Amino acid sequence: MSGFAKPLKIALGVVVIAGLIVVPMNFNRYGLFILSQWAVMAIAAMGLNLTLGYAGQVSLAQGAFVGIGAYAAAIMTTHGWPLPAAIVVAIGLSFAVGWVLGYPALRVQHHYLAFVTLAFSTLAFLVFRNESWLTGGIYGISNIPRPHIFGIATNKPLPFYYVCLGSLAIVSLAVWWLIRSPWGRAFMALRENPLRAQSLGVDTRRYTLMAFAIGSALGGVAGALYAPLTQYIDPVPFNLSLSLDLLMMVIVGGAGFFLGPFLGAMIAVLLPEWLRFTEGYYLMLYAIAVMGLLIWSPTGILGILDRYLAERRTKAASALRAVAKSRLETVQ
Amino acid sequence: MSAVLEVTDIKKNFGGISAVGGVSFDVREGEILGLIGPNGCGKSTLFNCILGQLTPSGGEVKLDGKVVTGLRPAELNKLGVSRTFQLLQVFPKLSVRENLILAGQEHQGSMASRLVGRSDAGLTEAANQMIGFFKLDHLADEPAGGLSYGQQKLLDAAMAFMGGPRLVLLDEPAGGVNPSMLADLKDRLVAINREKNATFVVIEHNMEFVMSLCSRVMVMAEGKVLAMGRPDEVRKDPAVIEAYLGH
Repeated sequence: MSGFAKPLKIALGVVVIAGLIVVPMNFNRYGLFILSQWAVMAIAAMGLNLTLGYAGQVSLAQGAFVGIGAYAAAIMTTHGWPLPAAIVVAIGLSFAVGWVLGYPALRVQHHYLAFVTLAFSTLAFLVFRNESWLTGGIYGISNIPRPHIFGIATNKPLPFYYVCLGSLAIVSLAVWWLIRSPWGRAFMALRENPLRAQSLGVDTRRYTLMAFAIGSALGGVAGALYAPLTQYIDPVPFNLSLSLDLLMMVIVGGAGFFLGPFLGAMIAVLLPEWLRFTEGYYLMLYAIAVMGLLIWSPTGILGILDRYLAERRTKAASALRAVAKSRLETVQ
Repeated sequence: MSAVLEVTDIKKNFGGISAVGGVSFDVREGEILGLIGPNGCGKSTLFNCILGQLTPSGGEVKLDGKVVTGLRPAELNKLGVSRTFQLLQVFPKLSVRENLILAGQEHQGSMASRLVGRSDAGLTEAANQMIGFFKLDHLADEPAGGLSYGQQKLLDAAMAFMGGPRLVLLDEPAGGVNPSMLADLKDRLVAINREKNATFVVIEHNMEFVMSLCSRVMVMAEGKVLAMGRPDEVRKDPAVIEAYLGH
């Protein structure tokens, strides 16, 4: 996306961020809930984008990590621990489990890896549902408290929306730093050509495990925010369909693009709401819209923009060449 | 001259088939050793055994007198052993410059320092020098996948040199490269060999290229060493002529 002038990009960014802060101030309870959900899902999708979009490791288990984070936060905060402590535990736990889940990726790739992670997803769901001594089983955990941040209660929807938005901002900066560091390049090397990467000294084993662990840890962060957002959790939201939803967000937004998960989460969370006026048809229209988009652009929304900018660059370059050539001819 | 690489009785079997059947040789510091032989005679398999991409069924590889058999490719690369590939092996979606930066980054600092430290640390400068050296200037910001076959081969070679290796194994660097570009590539290899005292082992089918570049040539046939010597000696060896021209 290097085709836009830098000041224009910065201005656009400032407008969007200001909009996200100011506009929701007069939203109703439901609107704020949806927008908070967008922020939470964007965090989880960013994690998957790191694992899948940058490092090229297919995972159908991101929803399970959201679940792990959510249960960790729900159990801890209902026992009197503060949310920040719960978030740290959620990160540590999902990082460790994600690291272990990375081991199969050292042996199997693509569809086979998808099946391994799918099995893990099912396993996690069964633990949430069956280990009721810890998770409350099918009755779940209710009355999950919302935190006090710097002494301000976030029980009301607007303050808690700002908690979600702030967390999204922090995660975005961290991911931005990561993908621009040599680690980001090493992740892309895993995706593009692991054989060549090895022979250039890239420790593909360690980077693969790291890609899984960091991506999963962000799923955990999202879960730790999801629990106080809904204030009630049970196993159902964390079944396989959440993993598939998150996968769709990454693909629809544009896998391997930094802004992909923001757009993908917007489409997955907000589009069904906007289509509600069509009543019975909204899910069908939503499904058709997603299919249409992926047929048009398999690389997602940002893929369209990227292609457009690349085309414009090529045209500009060939125009320059033509000018240079005609000058040469006149000289001769 | 001391030996940089000593290979002793390397064997590699695939099921019941012996691809490499006990090959021994050494590579001296600063030399360019050619490795020739008919297709399927085990040259690339031998490379892959030396480089840790395949586990040899038997035998030993020593680098500077230390046994390195069984080390992983990334570990060997950090010890200064680099390679190029027979088929195109670049990172197609990254730009030429990013390909080169990536090729050098793992040789600096620890893994943790690469996350929290400065993301550049002189690598862009080193990459730009390499781009200039291989005359890829006008392509520096293009995605590597968009380059022509010959240009990608050049990039592949350039990447192998980014970490400042002592020993480079080149697998058919001339294959599919046009004559003028090939002359360039040869100049570059000779220059790096002289200036950096880097040692090369080159697999190649282009006889003219091998004979003019290499100080010694090893000939393989059916997984075994057939001959080893100066290019002009090897060229006259009846066993070599027999293997190449057939019965």
